[in-house]
Amino acid sequence: MIRGKPDDDEYWNSSKFKAFTFDDEDDDFTRLKESKRAVNSILVEDEDEEDEVEKVNWSGEPVGSISWSVKETASNIRSTGEVRDLSFPKIDTAPSLPKNSSGYSLSSLFKGKAKTGSLQSFSESFSEQSLRNYAPELRKPKSEYKDYISDWTPEETVKRMQQGKAYSLEKFHFLQDKLLLLDEAVNAHDGNVITAVLIFLKKSLSKEILFRELIAREIALRHYIHYLKEMGEHKHLVELFKSLGRTEDMALMQYRDHLNIKDENRRRDFLKNCLSLPFSQEDATHVLDHYTLLERQIIIEANDKHVESSSQADIFKKYPRKASILNMPIITTLYYSCFYHYGESEGTYSSPANIRKTFRISDKQFLLTCLGARAKLKAWFDVDALFTTKNWLGYTKKRSPIGFHRIVDILHKNNAPVQVLQEYVNLVEDTEQKISLAQKYKCHDVIINTYRDLKDRQLLIGYREKVERSSPEYRKIEELLCNSQIRWKN
Amino acid sequence: MAHSVRRDAPELPDFSLLKRLARDQLIYLLEQLPGKKDLFIEADLMSPLDRIANVTTLKEHEVDKLYKVEHKSIVSTSDQLCFLIRPRIQTVKWICDVVNADKAVGKFRRYKVIFCPQKFYACETLLEEQGIIGDVTTDEWSFYLLPLDDDIISLELPEFFRDNFLEGDQRWVRTAGSALHLLHSLYGPFSKVYGIGRCSKMAYESWREQVKEGEQRVRQADIGNVFLIDRDVDLVTPLCSQVVYEGLVDDIFRIKCGCVEFGPDVTSSDKSMKVMLNSQDKVFNEIRNEHFSQVFGFLSQKARNLQTAYDKRSGMDIKQMKTFVSEELKGLKKEHRLLSLHIGASESMMKKKTKQDFQEMLKTEHSLLEGFEIRECISFIEEHINRQVILFSGLLPKDYRSLKAQYLQSYGVDHLLTFSNLKQLGLLVEQQPGETLTVMESRVGKLVNDKTAGKLTDAFSSLAKKSNFRALSRRLNLVPKSDEEYDLRVPRDMAYIFSGAYIPLSCKLIEQVLERDGWTGLEEVTRMINGHEFAVTAGSNGSDPRGRSDAQRIILVMFLGGCTYSEISALRFLGKEKGYKFVVVTTAITNSARVLESMLDNHA
Repeated sequence: MIRGKPDDDEYWNSSKFKAFTFDDEDDDFTRLKESKRAVNSILVEDEDEEDEVEKVNWSGEPVGSISWSVKETASNIRSTGEVRDLSFPKIDTAPSLPKNSSGYSLSSLFKGKAKTGSLQSFSESFSEQSLRNYAPELRKPKSEYKDYISDWTPEETVKRMQQGKAYSLEKFHFLQDKLLLLDEAVNAHDGNVITAVLIFLKKSLSKEILFRELIAREIALRHYIHYLKEMGEHKHLVELFKSLGRTEDMALMQYRDHLNIKDENRRRDFLKNCLSLPFSQEDATHVLDHYTLLERQIIIEANDKHVESSSQADIFKKYPRKASILNMPIITTLYYSCFYHYGESEGTYSSPANIRKTFRISDKQFLLTCLGARAKLKAWFDVDALFTTKNWLGYTKKRSPIGFHRIVDILHKNNAPVQVLQEYVNLVEDTEQKISLAQKYKCHDVIINTYRDLKDRQLLIGYREKVERSSPEYRKIEELLCNSQIRWKN
Repeated sequence: MAHSVRRDAPELPDFSLLKRLARDQLIYLLEQLPGKKDLFIEADLMSPLDRIANVTTLKEHEVDKLYKVEHKSIVSTSDQLCFLIRPRIQTVKWICDVVNADKAVGKFRRYKVIFCPQKFYACETLLEEQGIIGDVTTDEWSFYLLPLDDDIISLELPEFFRDNFLEGDQRWVRTAGSALHLLHSLYGPFSKVYGIGRCSKMAYESWREQVKEGEQRVRQADIGNVFLIDRDVDLVTPLCSQVVYEGLVDDIFRIKCGCVEFGPDVTSSDKSMKVMLNSQDKVFNEIRNEHFSQVFGFLSQKARNLQTAYDKRSGMDIKQMKTFVSEELKGLKKEHRLLSLHIGASESMMKKKTKQDFQEMLKTEHSLLEGFEIRECISFIEEHINRQVILFSGLLPKDYRSLKAQYLQSYGVDHLLTFSNLKQLGLLVEQQPGETLTVMESRVGKLVNDKTAGKLTDAFSSLAKKSNFRALSRRLNLVPKSDEEYDLRVPRDMAYIFSGAYIPLSCKLIEQVLERDGWTGLEEVTRMINGHEFAVTAGSNGSDPRGRSDAQRIILVMFLGGCTYSEISALRFLGKEKGYKFVVVTTAITNSARVLESMLDNHA
């Protein structure tokens, strides 16, 4: 790092910045003029950058959308001076750089050999160094047009393409030459050139021949596929996959097109057509689900829209729909149906039971979705029913495929009252977990009862300190502590 | 709180030169289109541009109005339009539309397309096919490298990952080679290059070719050693939830080009604030590499110190007060502001993470890494999908299918395409029947999915490539013994960046290779990773041995396909332990969400 604030000369001498050479000297003079103009045009401002920023006079309209919009800058400058360098970072705050650094345009550097005018000091420092071209070539030397009709080998051609020099693919007429060219491009590991050669082959070979040759050339093939994808040439791509025997890829490729169809009825019809595509067995099921789902969503949507607008059902009035159900995932659809269509018989498409069955939704998943929807509606009775099972003797018991601690979390997130919460906290098996949940959600009864069952007097006394005096909890603890029938273990 | 630094650690070279170079070239290019012009900038080039130039610079070169490329029809009235874009087919198509629309109404303008960092033939062919070459001239802005901090340089090419590893398109290989070449020219000559991965090898070749084509200048090296690594050598690490401060900030707020936008909940005002996160921020600099659990303590200590410093004011006479105001107050105020920002950020992150069952997610990840309690992990992941909070996994076929089905049910069947991508990349692997359940990579991150319009967390576990992860992990000791407490205050190895549960494979490889000065003894490891490792030494050129020894301890690590802030933290730690300085060059900063998002394919 260059520390401190050296003056310009020092900077240049100590920096890594070295001059470069140009192989073609012919237009040095024009360049010099250009650069001089360039330098003159930008040396106008010499002041601190601090001032520069404020001087900007910016016509605002389009700028609002731009991350570094000046509007933002300006307001920051006005309000909090200090914030400015954060929200709109000043470039080159490093003291090592000359203040008016923007005055030296790249073009002036490129004219490193110039010996006149304002560039004097540069050229001196440059000429003392070994000249070297390290910067990327900005312009192709004009001298290169001379051997346009050429005899470059595939290797030379690829090299020239990589370097951005003039080249010609016209002379590669023979299939053998074309393939050599392609292989050479692949050997050079330059995807850009590989694709360029492939574009040439695409134009100059029939599909059948090109596809046939690509089968044996995995790397080129992948470039070709990617190119077609980017160009949106789906038909071509489908043909390619077909000829390669990659039927699953082909199916997915075609299926993907549904994303471009906005109209739901057309999308549904498109998906229906997709059903016959050669998907893997597993994916075929999913695509069928997709089609069935959209088909039903269209029906549900039309129906509910009507019901909602004609105010036929209270639920839509109380909880207006925020969005259409079209194109939502299966689980979202299930949630929707648990929310608006709970209790409908299995015969209707919109009923939770029907959706559960049609899409083979697992017990856990069904329960969680249902629970979320009913809890949101504060339908605690429904929630209760979800877990209640009757055995053959008619006793009821609460069961859940997921741990009750999870259920408690979900209920709490839906603002369930303590009475509801504690019922489920009580069902948590692990005592420690039960206590900690009860403490988290302030289910005093659960805690007190648990301590009582543990016959742990000390803990109970300790807990008494945490509840409010003269609250029902407090009284309950007092009563228990006075109860002589309990055999405390401590 | 900073770890003890070995006193002989060398100084890093000054990379701000790269910014100057890029800016000067941009100015040169703008001058090539004299006169007033409107500039259209590709959205993801705006932040990088921000770091090297400002509006004033552009205005000085006759840029009139600035627009973001939005793929819509344009409203400019200027007769010269300049487009500063990435070489993407989509953008070029849009430009073709713009030009042809102008032509259709008889509007005459000059157009210039500047591709950054380079042109692609495919783009030029498109211009040709649309019959607008001539109306449109093209140029290249070789802005390869953006220094994000003293020791981080980014190519800002997030698409590198998908293009290279998923699509198998090698278009960026030469770009990587050129970037390396530029660094070599300015800070080399390098004397040793190590690498692993197919892309690394190709990038190395491309660089070598470019060195051969140019002339080598004799200068004293600043950077002696280079390590190239493909992202797909280690996909586990970027999928892990980050717990080091900087990584966590990136996971939660998304750091963009070294800058983060803190919302009102952090700034405790009604405005959002953009903040640069780098070593210039003294508070940030001290906590960036720390495990999150250590950050609160540090910040509160800092706050107390600040209070004491402010308190000095009472009892000062006028003269002392004057000195205080002129010398200390500004610094204190700045520190105060930064401190309150980072405290705000920490609080906000705490809140978000508690909401998300972060602890359990981490536990699941760590178990997956260790390879036990697989059953529990699967059911955890399952529960998250069920709650529309997440998933993916690659396990026994039965589990894989059921998780996939549940994921599609929760997030939409169109994610079939995403699954196909994940499988292609090897992130999601179904075990062949009969194999035993070893395993696996894991990850849990967040995905913001437009469709469900919510934050979805995403648990992701995959059978490590070819089920090798367990074996690799044992071989390289990636998972420290869990029977002893890991003291996060005094990290003893790089595992601290994941709470002591896992040493990132990428960084461990780097450590081992540097220690052994090559791959000797790591044959089994490289075989499991699927190889393409190399270690090359340059022909000797006798320069000053003292200078050389310094340069030898500056190591440039280039991640092809992106790296995470956690890995950078791990390397900084390693550097401090061993007296190295690492310079991280990456195609982009990544994290679990970005890796997964790059695989998404459910949008038109």
